[in-house]
Amino acid sequence: MEPAIEVDGLVRSYSATHGMVRRRRSTVEAVRGVSFQVARGELFGLLGPNGAGKTTTIKILTTLLLPTAGTARVCGLDVVADTRAVRTRIGYVFGGDRGLYDRLSGLDNLRYFAELYAVDPRGLRARIDEVLDLVGLGGREGDRVEGYSRGMRQRLHVARGLLHRPEVLFLDEPSIGVDAVAARELRAVVAHLVEDGTTVLLTTHYMFEADQLCDRIAVIARGSIVAEGTPAQLKDQVADDRVVEVQVFGIGEAEVARVRAITGVTSVIVEDHEQAQALIVHCERSLDVSAEVVAALDGVRVGSIATREPTLEDAYISLVTAAEDG
Amino acid sequence: MPRRLVRIWLLQVKQMSRSSFEMMGAVLLPLLFATLAFYVLRAGTHPHALLGASIGAGLMGTWSTVLFGAGSAIDHQRWQGTLELIVAAPTPLIVVLLSLTLATTTVGIYSLVATMTWGAILFGVPLDLVHPAAFLVAIPATIVALATLGLLMASTFIVLRNANALANTGEFPIWLLSGVLVPVALLPTWVQPVSSLLAPTWGVRALREAALGGSPWRAIGACVLCAAVQLALAAVALRRVERRARDRATLALT
Repeated sequence: MEPAIEVDGLVRSYSATHGMVRRRRSTVEAVRGVSFQVARGELFGLLGPNGAGKTTTIKILTTLLLPTAGTARVCGLDVVADTRAVRTRIGYVFGGDRGLYDRLSGLDNLRYFAELYAVDPRGLRARIDEVLDLVGLGGREGDRVEGYSRGMRQRLHVARGLLHRPEVLFLDEPSIGVDAVAARELRAVVAHLVEDGTTVLLTTHYMFEADQLCDRIAVIARGSIVAEGTPAQLKDQVADDRVVEVQVFGIGEAEVARVRAITGVTSVIVEDHEQAQALIVHCERSLDVSAEVVAALDGVRVGSIATREPTLEDAYISLVTAAEDG
Repeated sequence: MPRRLVRIWLLQVKQMSRSSFEMMGAVLLPLLFATLAFYVLRAGTHPHALLGASIGAGLMGTWSTVLFGAGSAIDHQRWQGTLELIVAAPTPLIVVLLSLTLATTTVGIYSLVATMTWGAILFGVPLDLVHPAAFLVAIPATIVALATLGLLMASTFIVLRNANALANTGEFPIWLLSGVLVPVALLPTWVQPVSSLLAPTWGVRALREAALGGSPWRAIGACVLCAAVQLALAAVALRRVERRARDRATLALT
């Protein structure tokens, strides 16, 4: 069976002009040769930091942007040549507050988009009730969207994306800005869709979300895919590591360089956590470098220190930092 | 498809009618235009010209609403993130945009009716129409004429991030060219062929002739014909524009 999504050597660059008098053109490559395949019924995750090229890739696949080079096929159809046919088969949901008519009720929003997707008018009300139930908005559909909470809006978005029973659903950071309970409910809805046979391409920042939901994940950084595999396979990439996490207050470049120079240390990352920072040191599994790390941090206030097994998040961060440093 | 067009149109009207800003414009502009029409024309010596002026003033308001409505509707859709969703849907963009401009025209045609009503109530402008039936047919024909011209202009709004700025420059030339402001016959001869290609010119003429006497049905026919040409041109323009927008990434703000 042909894959649901086939992306081959996808490139997208944006050009911008600067200056009022002397116009200069500059080109930014947002996606640089991305290739991957998603099988039918699979839940595929595209993971990467801001500006990595996730949304650009999704926008090319949902026919909103033209690729500069390379090809993309959805359900066997080319996104550039067979635009209309692709559009009938896909659903597109993005995160955040936008994309709804605030002054209309949830029901009117769904009616409007059902018209745009040519949903059969005879079964329309039943279908609307079905998607409302699925996302848990039943009973609130008569209210104007401007009174909805962030979580309710997001659920209405998902309902909108499902009205026409798409074969492939694109979810671009759907849980951004929704609270933990709403995000968990959203994950349950996504899991339910995949059980029903919908192919889902999900982008997210949240590692546990990808770990919990995705069959396979591609990590994208600076416009290129740096790793691809099941969550377990990605974790295996750092399985030979041991992680030392140190809470520090006001660490400088010099100390980080000293830690990096310790024998056996493979990578050092500093994360800002409000007043404190977390120094995450990856080292070879056979070594315990905690003592050397503390010694290297001479002069810096140190809080807690812990040695632990690497997580998917560690795998992700080390992949992304390696790509960004390279 | 027609059913879909009508349903999208009605939902757009619903959405627009809930914006107090847009409604304020629709209510206040006709008052302003009716007053202007009265004071400008009262100085003249043709009392019957007042009804013609009232229609012209009403149509000025309608065209403003159509043009700014279409411009701000596209900006607004881009801003609220629905423009991308409209483009990503399988319904051809022209159907959605036509229903959108029809919606703004529906709100705008109220301006015509209100201007005439205000003119009658406040300034005693006579409302005795010579061909009332033709007048009733000329109204929807003019709606279509204005909406399809608005659609043609709206196609350029999709590629430009600041559609409203362009809408500003489209207001006066069309007022002039379509004979809303002054009769087309008074324009320089080289301009007149351009005017006769614009469907609103024939709509204005149809409304005037239906109200004041003449052969409104011929003008209605010409209006519908020109509107069909405008629609065809808009369809071609939109296909190009959509591709260009996908190439230049102007559908979204981010």
